[in-house]
Amino acid sequence: MNGVIYTRYELVRTFRNRRFFLFSLAFPLILYYIIALPNRAAHDFSGSGISAPLYYMVGLASFGTMTSMVSTGTRIAGERQSGWTRQLRITPLTPRAYVGAKVLAAYATAALSLATLYVSGVIVGVGLPASVWLEMTGLIVIGLLPFAALGITLGHLLTVDAIGPAMGGTVSLLALVSGTWFPVTHGLLHDIGQVLPSYWLVQAGRVSLHGQAWGALAWVVVLGWTALLGVLAALAYRRDTGRV
Amino acid sequence: MGGAAMSRAGSADVDAPILGVEGLVKSWPSAAGRVKAVGGIDPSIASGQVVALLGPNGAGKSTTIDMVLGLAAPDGGSVSILGRTPRAAVADGLVGAMLQRGEVIRDLSVRELIAMIASIYPRPMDVEQVIDLAGLQDAAEQRTQKLSGGQAQRARFALALASDPELLILDEPTVAMDVEARRGFWSAMRRFVARGRTVLFATHYLEEADANADRVVLMAHGRIVADGATTEIKARVGTHTIRATLPSVGLTGLASLPGVISADRHGEAVILVCIDSDAALRELLRRHPAARDIEVSGAGLEDAFRRLTGDEEAGSPAAPIAATEPVEVKL
Repeated sequence: MNGVIYTRYELVRTFRNRRFFLFSLAFPLILYYIIALPNRAAHDFSGSGISAPLYYMVGLASFGTMTSMVSTGTRIAGERQSGWTRQLRITPLTPRAYVGAKVLAAYATAALSLATLYVSGVIVGVGLPASVWLEMTGLIVIGLLPFAALGITLGHLLTVDAIGPAMGGTVSLLALVSGTWFPVTHGLLHDIGQVLPSYWLVQAGRVSLHGQAWGALAWVVVLGWTALLGVLAALAYRRDTGRV
Repeated sequence: MGGAAMSRAGSADVDAPILGVEGLVKSWPSAAGRVKAVGGIDPSIASGQVVALLGPNGAGKSTTIDMVLGLAAPDGGSVSILGRTPRAAVADGLVGAMLQRGEVIRDLSVRELIAMIASIYPRPMDVEQVIDLAGLQDAAEQRTQKLSGGQAQRARFALALASDPELLILDEPTVAMDVEARRGFWSAMRRFVARGRTVLFATHYLEEADANADRVVLMAHGRIVADGATTEIKARVGTHTIRATLPSVGLTGLASLPGVISADRHGEAVILVCIDSDAALRELLRRHPAARDIEVSGAGLEDAFRRLTGDEEAGSPAAPIAATEPVEVKL
């Protein structure tokens, strides 16, 4: 009925989980300083057309925010195991509100991760017009949608024990293929990357080049994956709660 | 209170039982074919009652409760709560439940957790009132991950109260509690019942059913084997044994004493299994004033179940006197 208060407490809970924050915020930041600081003079980084500080700011932001989004799955798996989701099923809370609150909390942590990397980017030497910051942020927010659905899907399919390694592995692989660690401009990896939403997250950094980081292909890939994973999430939810 | 309850229940279903159950059936597939966990049970409950669903582990209590709450779909039969389906009753906040297993989520204070859940309901109970009823005043500011076992159970009880439900369902609520925590829990339940509400709780302790329920529904092997006022059920399942030193008296005469089911002798001692030990003892002393060293003890619930269900494979060895005469069971 009133999902607003419920969601507010879900956010409060998320931000009180200090260990989660420490790891999900600190890890990309530390990596950023390690990689970007020595390369801060590279204005056209490895043929990407953009500077190394900007490239890695967006690259590690994609890594950090992807992690934030799929961590929804860890929380859902934990609440399934503890019996909490069963308790919620005897309340009027709709699945939509439950999942909505989880996704919103994931976006909130992703926003914090993004903000800390933006600040670090500016410190290291990234300078962009306000409109570019905004557009880049908008693309990242949209590009994270498939990962929200992925988190929900895995949270309903996997156990608490399995979900940590599964998510860590998935995010690491996606980050590698998508150019988080170095630009992937040609070859098989590039071809694979093109059809992954994480690739386009990293590409959001190219907004500064000519104002258009995403072409038609990017939109198809991102929205297609969102739709596909959204359906999978709904199926996984139904399978999970249908079994009592 | 009553006014709110009436308006919520709606005038059309004022006469409806708070819980109506008809012929519930549930079975599960297993290696040995389909296992019937619950078969054709009808524990309908009128408003204002405190009903214990009493039975050993595996009797089908939790399965019944899951179907009443809409967590499991019955294979046959139906459930209605104040004339609604379980889902609709849940959505209207008419039923609250404390499930057997479960932990509360972390990183909130008890008060925040209750407020979070209360906010989902259309007409929740005031959060402070929930805290009072559940006896959580001292723990209200504590983080949920730091609660003691008893406090955590009371917090789960509080969540079941948050909707201000007409029907409260508790599935073996005291199973992990020590004696002190149990006492606190049941007095919390009585505070809730004093508001004119209905409670159905599952337990495998006869004493708990005896102390806290008006009515007992006895379940075994997925069936109701007895249903009645607590005193009535207690008399039926709570047989007593009279042990007395009484040499040279025939067993046949003793077995025919009022209230006695069977008699046996161990040397000078006689052992009488009684359904009404008071009547048996009076008559025993009238006819045999020489009887001495008299002890009266209650029989275990397990024995009672075995007798009521005719189950010979229930574990412990059969009683010395085989009480095989069928006990009448009204369903």
